[in-house]
Amino acid sequence: MKERILRMMLPAAALFMTIPALAWAEEAAEAAAPVIDTGDTSFVLISAALVMLMTLPGLALFYGGLSRKKNILSTIMYSFFAMVVISIQWALFGYSLSFAPDVGQIIGNLDWVGLKGVGFAPSDVYGTTIPHMAFMVFQLMFAVITPALISGAFAERMRFPAFLAFLILWSTLVYDPVAHWVWGGGWLGTLGSLDFAGGTVVHILSGVSGLVACLVLGKRKGYGSEPMIPHNLPFVVIGASLLWFGWFGFNAGSALGANGLAASAFVVTHLATAAAALSWVVAEWTHRGKPTILGAATGAVAGLVAITPASGFVDPMPAIIIGLVSGVVCYVAVGVIKAKLGYDDSLDAFGVHGIGGTWGALATGIFANPAVNPAGIGLLYGNPGQITIQIISIAASWAIAGVGTLVILKAIGVVTKLRATDEEQDTGLDITQHGEDAYTDFVSGSPFGDLKLTGAFIQSASSTNQAKV
Amino acid sequence: MKKIEAIIRPEKLEEVKDALGKYGIHGMTVTQVVGCGLQKGRVGVYRGHEYSINLLPKLKIEIVLRDFRVQDVVDIIAENSRTGAVGDGKIFIYPVENAVRVRTGESGEDAL
Repeated sequence: MKERILRMMLPAAALFMTIPALAWAEEAAEAAAPVIDTGDTSFVLISAALVMLMTLPGLALFYGGLSRKKNILSTIMYSFFAMVVISIQWALFGYSLSFAPDVGQIIGNLDWVGLKGVGFAPSDVYGTTIPHMAFMVFQLMFAVITPALISGAFAERMRFPAFLAFLILWSTLVYDPVAHWVWGGGWLGTLGSLDFAGGTVVHILSGVSGLVACLVLGKRKGYGSEPMIPHNLPFVVIGASLLWFGWFGFNAGSALGANGLAASAFVVTHLATAAAALSWVVAEWTHRGKPTILGAATGAVAGLVAITPASGFVDPMPAIIIGLVSGVVCYVAVGVIKAKLGYDDSLDAFGVHGIGGTWGALATGIFANPAVNPAGIGLLYGNPGQITIQIISIAASWAIAGVGTLVILKAIGVVTKLRATDEEQDTGLDITQHGEDAYTDFVSGSPFGDLKLTGAFIQSASSTNQAKV
Repeated sequence: MKKIEAIIRPEKLEEVKDALGKYGIHGMTVTQVVGCGLQKGRVGVYRGHEYSINLLPKLKIEIVLRDFRVQDVVDIIAENSRTGAVGDGKIFIYPVENAVRVRTGESGEDAL
């Protein structure tokens, strides 16, 4: 009996033994095609998710907490809709304009419109060990956060319809070309400009565009005469901490592989951030007498911004220097120079991202060590020409961001009003733009959070009867 | 009938409440208020910019009681909320026309 069973099983066993051999044969046939590395792929996909977390809820809470309580929802909505709108823009044509085969060193062509040809197989050029789709979605998250960063400059006063138009036009006409210039085979990349994770593309563009936008829109009503202070510092700290966390995906993920360069980028990102938080707090402690948590959170972001272009090129000790300088320079920009010049950059998009990004781009040209990454040789390693190249890329980014934003806003201004009226600003953008209030218990001035006290009615859509709540 | 309205430092509430309890006063209404007086405000610093904050948080205690108790209660509140520095607060005394206990409908001093 036992023997019979064994005999019956033999053919099955033989069949099983042939399967690995078959699989081997298939693999051999595929060897000619590019090989996907599973470690690299999982790392880049997780990094993409981390960068998503930077915008939502990281940046949304950071900016939301900095705004006044009547404007937190509208401020969060800017970041949320950057995610919503730019994700679709990127898939439809943004990715193609940025990364598809080059046209005259200026822009990508339309080969990849609608993600045509962007599939499971790796690209020939970008991230050659990961699916092309993984690279595309990683870059999508960068395209999303950049215009969301700008929103800090015009928060509390830009009308939502105007913001939507600005979002699409700015991303298409400013971000996509510059991403192409630096990363997509355009002229800045060809020139040898070093920008590992987006110091020029993300931070200089967003910061300078923010400055121009806040100048075009004008100051918030009451700026300079009534106090405009953050309404929820714990939100600011949660947001800044999520930015710090997500930034590991932003910078280390830009290695596009689970490798030593990614680990190096991770470490220098962390060190520069800590150093900048420290130097900002020391600067304000000396200047104004108190070490503040708002200063620590803002300093950390300034450090993250500055290390971004350098993160794949520098050693840990220069990273600490980059961070220390960034904290002080951004503090002076925000705490001293802004007040002297009198522009109203609501949440300091320019002071942190514009200034920090510019310093980081310069610092990359100074500290880039070929032992970290053979692609980058800085001033200290015998290549002073790199500084010139960095200055050219800084100047080009400032120019296109400034001119592009000005032209786009003026054009939108012809069609629709950019700026909320004084009355709308008094009431707050949450109610006037979105019909919502973040803290309903304050509607009535009652601490009990009871909607009855507001005299609110349920207005049924199907009947004219009004039922009292 | 009189109403005592005392503005005190928030941190003095427990002492005042305990002392009033020992004396036999158990009913009161306490609200959080902000205000300004002799005490100077404070300065807040946000990203290197200074803002002066003039209205400071205080508590307001309201007690309605029979006339003969007014002096005792005023003394108790004053003694227990005093620190000797500016910002200790003020006590106001008002006449009250009537009072009604909602549960029973009693009115006048019986309602207290």
